[in-house]
Amino acid sequence: MAFAWLPGAVGDIARGALTTILLIAVTTLAGTFLSILGAAGGRNGPVLLKRAIAWYVEIIRNTPFLVQLFFIFFGLPSLGIRLDPVLAAMLAMTLNMAAYTIEIVGAGLDAVPGGQTEAALALGLRPRQVFIKIVLPQALKVIFPALTSQIVIMMLESAVVSQIAVRELTYEADMLQARTFRSFETYFVVTLVYLVLSMALRRLLVTGGRRALGAGVS
Amino acid sequence: MIEFTFWDIVRNLLLAARWTVLLSLAAFVGGGIVGLIVLFFRIAKNKWSRRIASGYIALFQGTPLLMQLFLMFFGLPMLGLRIEPWTAAVLGLTFFASAYLAEIWRSGVAALPLGQWDAGASLGLHYLQELRLIILPQAFSITRAPTVGFLVQLIKSTALTSIIGFEELVRTSNAINNATFEPFKVYGLVALIFFVMCFPLTQYARRLEKRVPAR
Repeated sequence: MAFAWLPGAVGDIARGALTTILLIAVTTLAGTFLSILGAAGGRNGPVLLKRAIAWYVEIIRNTPFLVQLFFIFFGLPSLGIRLDPVLAAMLAMTLNMAAYTIEIVGAGLDAVPGGQTEAALALGLRPRQVFIKIVLPQALKVIFPALTSQIVIMMLESAVVSQIAVRELTYEADMLQARTFRSFETYFVVTLVYLVLSMALRRLLVTGGRRALGAGVS
Repeated sequence: MIEFTFWDIVRNLLLAARWTVLLSLAAFVGGGIVGLIVLFFRIAKNKWSRRIASGYIALFQGTPLLMQLFLMFFGLPMLGLRIEPWTAAVLGLTFFASAYLAEIWRSGVAALPLGQWDAGASLGLHYLQELRLIILPQAFSITRAPTVGFLVQLIKSTALTSIIGFEELVRTSNAINNATFEPFKVYGLVALIFFVMCFPLTQYARRLEKRVPAR
């Protein structure tokens, strides 16, 4: 093992890590928002919409993320949609995460007793207010641990977007090992960076969730 | 340039899919065996053994599979072992699967009432007999759904071994795509083949999940 290259590589690794963090931040926000819409639509929407959402979830959950990424980045241009690698990565990650979180959010919505909706309606709230102010916060509280796990898993899966030349952590590792010829050491260090990132992300989400949603999140 | 008809593409992809299936099976069997060992450590009475197993699980669940594969592929040659992508792929996926399977099965062990252990002890069984006859069969049977669910995840994860050069479905599709320039069709077909492999398992896992009464 030789780590003489490490001090000179700190900048590259940090830049790659920042991109990874940016990717997961965007994916978390967009994916969660999309999955709330998807879960609500899958429960209250017209039949066609329900069926479309169900198929969307099945297709994404039963195919590899890498193939989805290639499909979006290499396949869409033949339909005239050409995306920048970072945008393609964000889109693929968001679409992938939403399929998993639609089921999670849906389970949370089902867990809120129907009496809550009835009570809120009886108090004169409009249906949309009931959903946003009464049902959704309770659902999020129930599903927060599962949501946290999914976000961490997505961050780890984001390693493969290096394959479409997004300059995130894994891409920087590839560049470094090509320059230093110390492949094992490079990947070892970067793996540790991922480990720290995933533990920090989990910690952040758990404390953040506890503060925003109240106790009960572990 | 070689001309590919639609059926040439399909045939080549299906031939490559054999390797995806074989790799998934090898990793599932290997992961099951190593996972069982990790599980023994994880639920042992010794505190350090439990800590080591938790650390192992946290390590594999807290880092990207792609990095684990890279480390396997570049690490073993450092120990003087010449390694082919197939070996690195099987070993990498085996360790990855073992951590997840051990954790899934442990949740099954944790779900059993403590009385099950006491009952075993009162029948005069020693620790290993208790595990083999009472605890593990029940733990496996209540975690059958997540185990099948993980198999789906494992099949999808084999796609990553294309990046370290293992010639499975995705790597073959990259080669075909480079020759045909029809990414929409090629990756669409790859997605379809994966879907056909995974969807029945997903449905099966869902059926199993419904059978277990909610706790």
